[in-house]
Amino acid sequence: MLLGPALAVSAILFSLGVAGVLLRRNAIIIFMCIELMLNAANLAFIALAQRLGPDGQVIVFFVMAVAAAEAAVGLAIVLAIYRHKQTLDIQNINLLRG
Amino acid sequence: MNQIPPAVTWVWLAVALPLAGFLVNGALSFFAPKAKNAISAVGVSVLVGAFVVAAIVVRAVIAAPPEDPWVLSYWSWMPAGSLQVNFAFQVDQLSSVMLLVVTGVSALIHIYSIGYMGEDPGYARYFAYLNLFVFFMLVLVLGASFPVMFVGWEGVGLCSYLLIGFWYQDKKNADAGKKAFIMNRIGDFGFLVAMFLIFRATGSLNFREVFQAAPGAFEVGGGLITLITLALFLGCTGKSAQIPLYTWLPDAMAGPTPVSALIHAATMVTAGVYLVARANLLFAMAPISSAVVAGVGALTALFAATIALKQWDIKKVIAYSTVSQLGYMFLGVGVGAYASGIFHLATHAFFKALMFLAAGSVIHALHHAYHHTGRHEDAQDLRNMGGLQRYLPWTAAVMWIGALANIGVPPFAGFFSKDDILAKTFVRGHEAGLFYVYWAVGTVGALLTAIYMTRLLLYTFHGPNRTGEKEREHLHEVPWVMTGPLLVLALGSVVAGAFNFPAVLPASEGLERWLEPVTQAGSLFLVKGELGVTTEWSLLALASAVALVGIFGTWKLLQPEALKPAREAPAETGFQKVLARKYYVDELYDTVVVRPLIWFSDRVLWRTVDAFVIDGVGVNGSARVARFLGWIGSTLQTGRVGVYLGVFVIGAWLLLRALLRS
Repeated sequence: MLLGPALAVSAILFSLGVAGVLLRRNAIIIFMCIELMLNAANLAFIALAQRLGPDGQVIVFFVMAVAAAEAAVGLAIVLAIYRHKQTLDIQNINLLRG
Repeated sequence: MNQIPPAVTWVWLAVALPLAGFLVNGALSFFAPKAKNAISAVGVSVLVGAFVVAAIVVRAVIAAPPEDPWVLSYWSWMPAGSLQVNFAFQVDQLSSVMLLVVTGVSALIHIYSIGYMGEDPGYARYFAYLNLFVFFMLVLVLGASFPVMFVGWEGVGLCSYLLIGFWYQDKKNADAGKKAFIMNRIGDFGFLVAMFLIFRATGSLNFREVFQAAPGAFEVGGGLITLITLALFLGCTGKSAQIPLYTWLPDAMAGPTPVSALIHAATMVTAGVYLVARANLLFAMAPISSAVVAGVGALTALFAATIALKQWDIKKVIAYSTVSQLGYMFLGVGVGAYASGIFHLATHAFFKALMFLAAGSVIHALHHAYHHTGRHEDAQDLRNMGGLQRYLPWTAAVMWIGALANIGVPPFAGFFSKDDILAKTFVRGHEAGLFYVYWAVGTVGALLTAIYMTRLLLYTFHGPNRTGEKEREHLHEVPWVMTGPLLVLALGSVVAGAFNFPAVLPASEGLERWLEPVTQAGSLFLVKGELGVTTEWSLLALASAVALVGIFGTWKLLQPEALKPAREAPAETGFQKVLARKYYVDELYDTVVVRPLIWFSDRVLWRTVDAFVIDGVGVNGSARVARFLGWIGSTLQTGRVGVYLGVFVIGAWLLLRALLRS
């Protein structure tokens, strides 16, 4: 099957996610990039499940469930930060500075 | 070894009674300090009870004397590997002598204290401490091993401290207590070192096993046994106030006078003599140590006697006399005359307790007189006394008896015991000329004893009265509860010599033969010398002559009429001042030991070690290091999410790479 191309797409998506997390400053965009990385991982699992059996597919469901939970908590935090600081630029969110 | 008689097994009761008295009186001092009748009843009855028990025990010992000491073991105290120490008492000829002396004199002094301390607010506390002291003293003399003896040794030191500083509101008294305690600690260090060495060499600390093993474990005159005995003797110099650790004893007179009589004359300070007599085998195996013991004893006897010549405080004179007499005891045990040392210990317990208690009566009377008129004069200064025999006839009579016994006038007790020691020293002169020197020093000391004792009594009881016009009417003889014990002690001071007459008299050397089972172990290592009959009579005659010359010479030469009361007295000059200031030994110790120690504690231990090293480098330094590390850590916490994410990604990448490589 198309294992090579599928993994290549997964790698590209993951790299895009990493680049987005590192370079973008808007919290929601960063959040979306994290989702992108999770889904890139999902794609790799699905592709490899074709050859290695159904375990990978099962893990994808777990990842989706975790991602849903993470989205709920993450968006709530983003909303709270916005209410508090009136901005989502992570340059300005530095309350944890030592 | 013969069977232990049932009566002897009751010896624990003699020890337990004073302890019970301490507990009851200790409780009363908190809950009913005013119940003086109950306090005296408890305090005195336990001592009388202990004396009765002691008498019963000693009667059984006399009926069937033990060949080996009877050891009564109560519980296992220190079972640690090969070290097996039981809490055990030992009854033999030596400990029965001590048992009788301690309980007998203590009982009399307790009775006397009812009168002397009657108006003191700390009455219950006083009797509690005194009972506790007797308990520890009995543990000391009955202990069957070095550690049990050491418990008593430390305990009497504690009680001595508590009672010297009994009137602790006055800083001077509290300081005297501390001085006594600290000087005793120096000696205790020696005792401890000796115990460790004895255990290493013989594998035991029980008297019986140590003395059985000693002839095999030590080489006669060897370095180890010499070191052990010298360390033990260091303990003795602290406890028994010998050069160089004697200075605490005169200061200890800050305590109540019956305490001086009991602890600092009759019992505790003689513990060192008892220790040497108990460990006679060890000392006999170390001739150098024995010579040191005798030498220090002789030197102390002379040195303290010279200081006593010029003291004005009535108690200080007797205190230096005590130091001097203890010197004679050490001279005795040092030359191998262990029985003579113990004999002098016993007679000294009578006449020196008598001297102190009589002095206490004088002080009591003067104190009352000054109290009536409201004048603040020193009730202990000889210059404020004079002519007191008219007001205190009983006290004067018994104090003369005590003084004659102390001087050593025949037929009083002190004559026989002191002469015994000097004669035994003289015999050893055939071996080494050094002993002739010791004998000469001791004889000169005896002359000085006669001089200072006569001076003391002359200034106290004879000549014109210097107390003061108004006070004179208020001088009265003390109550019977105080003179009664004095009379008993006076009787003892007269007849106690009969226990050990010199060999030329009939019924002689009773105590010496009685103690032979204890002292024979050490005697085997000593050359047995015999005094010729002529020599012995000459020595007795010389001793009597010295005493009488001292007494009559002093009586003729000193003029109590010329004395002025303490307030108007002129200052001493020249050598008299040196004597009155006690050879400046306290000042010397202050300069050589105390001040450097304070300087060292202040500059080195406090400012350098404590403030700089521990506080600066240790405590503050570790805080600074922690803060620096924290600063490094905190700079990583930029608070920027982007930086965290970047670090996270790099970390994840590195981790992944490492995992995939392997």
